[in-house]
Amino acid sequence: MRTDAAVDAAFSLADVRAAGLRWTEYLEIRGRLGREPNRVELAMFGVMWSEHCAYKHSRRYLKLLPTQGDGVLQGPGENAGVVEVAPGIGVALKVESHNHPSAIDPFHGAATGVGGILRDVLSMGARPIAILDSLRFGSPAHAASRRLRDGVVSGIAHYGNAIGVPTVGGELVYEDRYAENPLVNAACIGIVRADRLARSAAAGPGNPVLYAGARTGRDGIGGAAFASDELDVASVDRDRSAVQIGDPFAGKSLIEATLAALDTGVVVAIQDMGAAGLTCATSEMSSKGGVGMRIDLARVPRREAGMTAGELLLSESQERMLLIVRQGEADTVAAIYRRWGLQAEVIGEVTAEPALRIYDGGTLVVDLPPESLTEAPAYQVPEEEPKGRALIVEAPESPRSVAEALLRVLGAPTVASKRAVFRQYDHMVQLNTVVAPGADAAVLRLKEAPPVAIAVAIDGNGRTTWLDAWAGGAGAASEAALNVACTGARPVAATDGLNFGSPEKPETAWDLHNAIAGIADACRAMRVPIVGGNVSLYNESPVGSIFPTPMVAVIGVLSDVSCALTSAFRDDGDLIVLIGEEAASLDGSEYDKIVRGRVAGKPVRVDVAAHARLVALLPALAADGLLQSAHDVSGGGLAVALAECCIAGHFGARCRISGSSDPELALFGEGPSRVVATVTRSRLAALVARCRSAGVPVAELGVVEGDALAIRAASADLVVGLDQLRTAWEG
Amino acid sequence: MTTANATAARVRLTILLKDGVLDAQGQAVERALRTMDYDAAHVRVGRVIDLDLPAANWQEAAREMCTRFLANPLIEEFEITRLDEEAR
Amino acid sequence: MSAPRVAVVIFPGSNCDRDVLHVLRGVLGADAHTVWHEERSLAGFDAVILPGGFSYGDYLRAGAIAATSPILAAVRAAASAGVLVAGICNGFQILLEAGLLPGAMLPNRDATFVCDWTRIRVERDDLPFTCAYGRGQIARMPVAHGEGNYYADADTLSRLEANRQVVFRYVDDDGAATAHGNPNGALHNIAGIVDERGNVLGMMPHPERCSEALLGSCDGRAFFEGLLASIAKRAHSVAGGGR
Repeated sequence: MRTDAAVDAAFSLADVRAAGLRWTEYLEIRGRLGREPNRVELAMFGVMWSEHCAYKHSRRYLKLLPTQGDGVLQGPGENAGVVEVAPGIGVALKVESHNHPSAIDPFHGAATGVGGILRDVLSMGARPIAILDSLRFGSPAHAASRRLRDGVVSGIAHYGNAIGVPTVGGELVYEDRYAENPLVNAACIGIVRADRLARSAAAGPGNPVLYAGARTGRDGIGGAAFASDELDVASVDRDRSAVQIGDPFAGKSLIEATLAALDTGVVVAIQDMGAAGLTCATSEMSSKGGVGMRIDLARVPRREAGMTAGELLLSESQERMLLIVRQGEADTVAAIYRRWGLQAEVIGEVTAEPALRIYDGGTLVVDLPPESLTEAPAYQVPEEEPKGRALIVEAPESPRSVAEALLRVLGAPTVASKRAVFRQYDHMVQLNTVVAPGADAAVLRLKEAPPVAIAVAIDGNGRTTWLDAWAGGAGAASEAALNVACTGARPVAATDGLNFGSPEKPETAWDLHNAIAGIADACRAMRVPIVGGNVSLYNESPVGSIFPTPMVAVIGVLSDVSCALTSAFRDDGDLIVLIGEEAASLDGSEYDKIVRGRVAGKPVRVDVAAHARLVALLPALAADGLLQSAHDVSGGGLAVALAECCIAGHFGARCRISGSSDPELALFGEGPSRVVATVTRSRLAALVARCRSAGVPVAELGVVEGDALAIRAASADLVVGLDQLRTAWEG
Repeated sequence: MTTANATAARVRLTILLKDGVLDAQGQAVERALRTMDYDAAHVRVGRVIDLDLPAANWQEAAREMCTRFLANPLIEEFEITRLDEEAR
Repeated sequence: MSAPRVAVVIFPGSNCDRDVLHVLRGVLGADAHTVWHEERSLAGFDAVILPGGFSYGDYLRAGAIAATSPILAAVRAAASAGVLVAGICNGFQILLEAGLLPGAMLPNRDATFVCDWTRIRVERDDLPFTCAYGRGQIARMPVAHGEGNYYADADTLSRLEANRQVVFRYVDDDGAATAHGNPNGALHNIAGIVDERGNVLGMMPHPERCSEALLGSCDGRAFFEGLLASIAKRAHSVAGGGR
């Protein structure tokens, strides 16, 4: 890689690597600038050209995603996407990962993950109204995994509860592939008047640049670059200084002050200072606006003495925002932040010339074209289709009956009740939570536009993706949309969180490409645009890579909150139907893993056109009052789905599953496009007619009755009492 | 540890829940330590506040601020130590 | 006379202020106003609500720093003038730390934050806060706190019981004040108490979270309705604020 240029280079290969850059990238920087960067500038390139900030390996695949659609007010490229959910009312959404910081320090890593995603949504001028978390850990049988989980859960509770934003849903999945490298993805939803959307493009030469929020310390120097490194054993200690500490009290004050500041109408642009801190905010805001900035670091409020220019520029101290304010109005805005006990200082001004000039007092320390930082090179790496992926996992001896198998799957950590976790999160504050955590999707009423409500769910299946990347990507989008549709809501937008290993490995590149293609195909068929997202690569440890894990959060609109459905069976005598495609397989299923001890084969690929018909049909059925309940069939198959509806509703059921001669497949097989629903006897005919005319299969399964779940499937007869089901599920 | 000037005392206030008052955090920490195979017992979790006070009446001032604000006498007890005694 | 005026005090870190305002204004059409913690007067208000949240991040102890803010002097003056003062959740913690109510809060028995539905028994119906409930009525209300484990020494507890100052008690599904029905380990299953005079109340459950059927229970609405009705019934509005 080293060329002759190295001979007269100002930096050694070690310097360049320490900055998080490749030698070729250093040469590219020299070419772009026509000179040597200085040490501070080199460090700025290091963080801005990290995978976390620059999407160097994923950018070309992300272009596959559909980003436009009805009601999209803001697509990808801003701090969060925004979609209109009622006339004049926008909902902002974004997901972000905090995997590496959480591996090093689960409590603070998860807490700052929540804080960061809140500020992304706040940057759009939106008030955060809900948080969802999608978490992956190693098996809870291991103490180390439990410690990681407990730390992450307390961190989320610590930040989310204090800040007054309800945690309304999410996922908690256990697979040993995540033991060394847990996944902590947080999604945030915010609400904003469409005519009050804030943006991040700086404008107006002479306008002051206002620093607002907490002071700057030496937190997380180089965290953005660190988020793109593979974890090794020593890193747990070495990188602790790269983990930021959050202050939810300052975060809450920052939300209130920022919303009040935006209400004044004098804020031209705003962005949070998260990854890569002041470097990222100044360069991105300048670059987007086609302008420059002149910044004086001497004016930056700081927590400790003796900080260097480089430290001030790269610090990832939390709870900070950068604002461009109309000339003459800086004092007005600063006064609002100070009233909330926060710092607010003018640190520079916008310039017409597109140059980022950063001074430390009288000394010019940085002089860069903003886009040189924001337009990093993109890489295309060779892809190779993974072959013969299969795992043998530890499983106890075979169950003696299908009933015992059901109880075992129902009690599996990933399937079982998550109440013990959700109880630690305030999921009610703000008075919008109509359907609480534990359901297919959370439902939030919108006080700003009654009787409209939104539903939101986040889903992803690493096991499926590992076996078939396209199926995993398409499945994540399909399942999240189906969960939303099961509440009666019409999916309108999505955000994706892509968690993968090193993209420089051909099989991972293949996974990344195909998973994104799967998300794109499913979203395009359902007409659900992806309005923003996050990429987390290099999720590897010495023991190997994580399961490739694309997650998709979908929001939907319910035009009348009183039509919202849950999974709970509602009345004795209601008829149970299975709506959707019947295709199912045990390959990659929870049953295969838990009972048969294997992860292998080909999971069912979603038929995206058929799935889109199902997702479109459910809200129409709910609006017309044809459904009593609805629940998507996912992990554990039909038997588990029926058990969950029974437990939630405190009713038993008697069902017969026809069509398969294999009882295990019939009871526990998993397919992406199936819904267990109930209907009153008098409306069955109307329901069946509506399904047929929409081209969606529907079959009668049984009836809600008694206090046991009884299922006949091929040669098997299963009867389990409600109490037994509950005990297994609640653990 | 040095103080801002010679007339200041560097003082450490240690605040713990009184014996007999449920220390849920202490119990949780003790359980965790035991699962990590440490033979730990009687764990109590409290807080530590370090501050500079005028040397002239540091003890009275410290006692008063603990009683009025920094500790809750209903449930907590406190201990006052001077950190810079030897440096003086 | 004019409609009751209710103050909702906002401290940095309060997070249920907007929820209480929503119920008072949006659901009940009451005349409610926010008051910033740096204010020094509550003149003209008939009732003061200290809402839930994490004032000052719960740093030091929940409610301890808020109890030192300027507005607390005005709350104290209003309370002694007979104005109705209600602290909900963090508001209760602040009233304890300010010494307006006896006792203290410890971290929950399980050492974790708990957000869940509870059942509470209304022990008195002769207070302005509870006049819209029946005595012994069981209300379904959510709690959401990390430090709601009410503690007081034995003497204080027996005085509270003797004076009938325990207003709300956690109960189980059968209406009994058992450990099973107690979400946080509070002594005597105490969920809410009132001062000796009966115009300062603190409670851990959130009545504002159960004032609309859509949110799963309407059992909290009677708290606010009773408060407003009892003010309206008073012969004259008490001038609060102490100046």
